[in-house]
Amino acid sequence: MELVLNIVSGFCLLTGSFLIFSGALGVIRFPDFYTRMHAAGVTETLAAGLILVGLMLIAGWGLVLAKLVLILLFILITSPTASHALGKAAWKAGLKPVVIENNKQQNEL
Amino acid sequence: MILITTTIALIVVMAMALVRAFKGPSVFDRVLAGNLFGTKVVLLIAVLGFLSGRPDFLDIALTYALINFISVIGILRFVEITKRTNNEEKS
Repeated sequence: MELVLNIVSGFCLLTGSFLIFSGALGVIRFPDFYTRMHAAGVTETLAAGLILVGLMLIAGWGLVLAKLVLILLFILITSPTASHALGKAAWKAGLKPVVIENNKQQNEL
Repeated sequence: MILITTTIALIVVMAMALVRAFKGPSVFDRVLAGNLFGTKVVLLIAVLGFLSGRPDFLDIALTYALINFISVIGILRFVEITKRTNNEEKS
């Protein structure tokens, strides 16, 4: 039973590590603010959830599990809220996506 | 072993977020990188607690998640309000 838990937890941790790495790669390499926000915001929730679930599986029952569940709930609530506020503030400040400019240029051609 | 791999991945990701925070052309890129960095710090504190065998640092991780969210919202409000007042002074 413990072996199975360890294997599942290792799978969750490694998948979460891969997801956060791909998200950070997108944040560095994407050309536009909105695409960068997409890369960060989409991967963040699932990666944090996977890593915390992987930690929960090796924690066992107790106070540590309760704290991990609290952290997971809080990240699941606040991370999309922060992304939404960030996107709204950037749109209100007048940041335009790159794609629209390219489409205009193509239409003019 | 897997915990060490996860820790290394988290540290690499935090370094990449710092690169974006230094490079970012707009304020919002920097705020985005700061938000990413904060979330990764929460995960790093949790993983390091398990790695050292004393998962007592989870309270700090919880507090850090709270502070991170409040600070992002606060910085965004600050940027929004200062830009609005600047535009009103210009017009």
